[in-house]
Amino acid sequence: MSLTEQEHKELRKIAKKIRKEIVDVTQWSGGAHIGGSLSMTDFMVVLYWKYLRIDPKNPNWEERDRLVLSKGHGGVGHAVILANRGYFDFEVLKDFNQFGCAYGMHLDSRKAIGVEASTGSMGHGLSQALGMALGARALKKEWRVYAVVGDGECNEGSIWEAAMAANHYKMGNLIGFLDRNHMMIDGPTESVMSLEPLDKKWEAFGWYTQLIDGHDMPKICEAIDKALAYNDGPSMIICDTVKGKGVDFMEGNPAWHYGGLSAELAEKAKASIDKMYPDIP
Amino acid sequence: MSPEGGLTWTVYDADNMTQAEIYGFVLSELGKTNPKIVGLSADLAKSTKIGKFGEKFPDRFFNFGIAEQNMFGVAAGLAKAGLLPFVSTFSVFASMRAVEFLRTDICYQNLNVKVIATHGGTSFGSAGTTHHSIEDLSIIRAIPNIQLIVPADSVETALAVQACLEVQGPVYIRIGRGFEPRVYQTDQYGFKIGKAVEMKPGTDLTIIACGAVVYHAVEAANILEREDGISARVLNMHTIKPIDTEAIMKAVTETRRIITFEDHNYIGGLGSAVGEIIAESGKGCAFTRVGLPDQYTPHGYPEDLMHYYKIDTDGIIEKVRELLGKEFEKEENWEDEY
Repeated sequence: MSLTEQEHKELRKIAKKIRKEIVDVTQWSGGAHIGGSLSMTDFMVVLYWKYLRIDPKNPNWEERDRLVLSKGHGGVGHAVILANRGYFDFEVLKDFNQFGCAYGMHLDSRKAIGVEASTGSMGHGLSQALGMALGARALKKEWRVYAVVGDGECNEGSIWEAAMAANHYKMGNLIGFLDRNHMMIDGPTESVMSLEPLDKKWEAFGWYTQLIDGHDMPKICEAIDKALAYNDGPSMIICDTVKGKGVDFMEGNPAWHYGGLSAELAEKAKASIDKMYPDIP
Repeated sequence: MSPEGGLTWTVYDADNMTQAEIYGFVLSELGKTNPKIVGLSADLAKSTKIGKFGEKFPDRFFNFGIAEQNMFGVAAGLAKAGLLPFVSTFSVFASMRAVEFLRTDICYQNLNVKVIATHGGTSFGSAGTTHHSIEDLSIIRAIPNIQLIVPADSVETALAVQACLEVQGPVYIRIGRGFEPRVYQTDQYGFKIGKAVEMKPGTDLTIIACGAVVYHAVEAANILEREDGISARVLNMHTIKPIDTEAIMKAVTETRRIITFEDHNYIGGLGSAVGEIIAESGKGCAFTRVGLPDQYTPHGYPEDLMHYYKIDTDGIIEKVRELLGKEFEKEENWEDEY
């Protein structure tokens, strides 16, 4: 499913809107995980608008594809994406993080519509995704499972337990996305805990591994197509991304792993996002 | 004497099968009628006996190697897919090594996952402290949504495994290594999750126990009656959560003396659960908790450890005699205390 120029523009338009709304919700909520939400936006948009077999009006449709946000810190980005995809009214995100709101920093699958698994603690989602994939096989279902893993999250031993098991069980219906934004709370990943060579690690664990520019939508589509065509085992698409992508003063700055925005700063952030999309009004 | 009962598999050769074997056997039987049941192991299929299910249903059995965290996360995913996972490992790993996965993935999402935790308490005796699970009841009890059952013997284990299917949500069944003596001669005694079983009526005091200690509590009560003329009520508190408040309060008002025995740290387990109910009731009651002191355990055979910690027949007799000598203030005017 290669991307036509028109489609590409449409998806970029959606991504632009989502980036700006991530800024809005971050401002309203008093603080959110904005950096990692902006880094994953492009491949998440491609997945939600082009690949996932889902029905937002029927979120529990049994045959749906499942996407597990293993890097649960992307909660604000995921919530904005789900609202834009039609799972629920964006207005509810005005109360993001507030007492009684179904949506907050780490999304709760029992409350947040369209969220397949409660995540937030690192190293949990990939195992849950693997369980859903094994479940599909046991029940002879066609659905696929997508797991979005963080790079810092790959410090967790449980990620590698799941990686080993997914290869052992040859889970061709499991596709991972690794948001390789190079930053974690305490600084660059390579200074906090070395991950490289990350692609070689996933390969060594038996995953069909691709390393791509995680902001290049046509490349993202190509990689997903290849992963979908590969059924002999699990796939990992390592998306090289920039933490805070689109907001110049956040890009590559670990201080924006989590942060709050004043109205003024939010305007500056949105002006920066406008600059990223000169062709999209 | 062979046990009797209506559900033949629940008492299938209970004299010769351990708690764990019975569990593996029952699960295999249940698997025949419930195609949603899947079994998960972390390289302990043989030790925990869930391998019996795996032999019968290889397509519904998953071994994850020595990787308990992933196993519990996968169980959550399988439950989300609509299956009914039974996860088995040693209690020390289920309650500690993998507990955040049990808590966050399974209990937080209130998923229908059943945990069969074997080798609970000091039942893995000679394996030593690393394999003694003396904190599990306390840890699991503090986790919302999950129910906690400690069956007294293999018959009760079979009943608990069947009964947990009726619970929509996580259940943790803590059993021993499997060499515990059988308590029940029949499975027709009305086992119900959350309802204590009165093993022996009594009016002088109430002994409350769970797990392998129940056998000894009954033995001790019989001896105390014969030798000391003491009328000890014995409750098998097989469900630690939700605890049977009614049975405890009945014991408080009718016997005024309660003593608990458990193969667990005396902090946080059965004794604490019972004590909380008594304390909040405002009723006067002489009360003693007997479990493992707040310290790590030595190596040794389980029976020697139980003897050392006074949770076998001899120890229970000794502790009950102590409790009966314990004074407690009966009048309600405590002004002289200030």
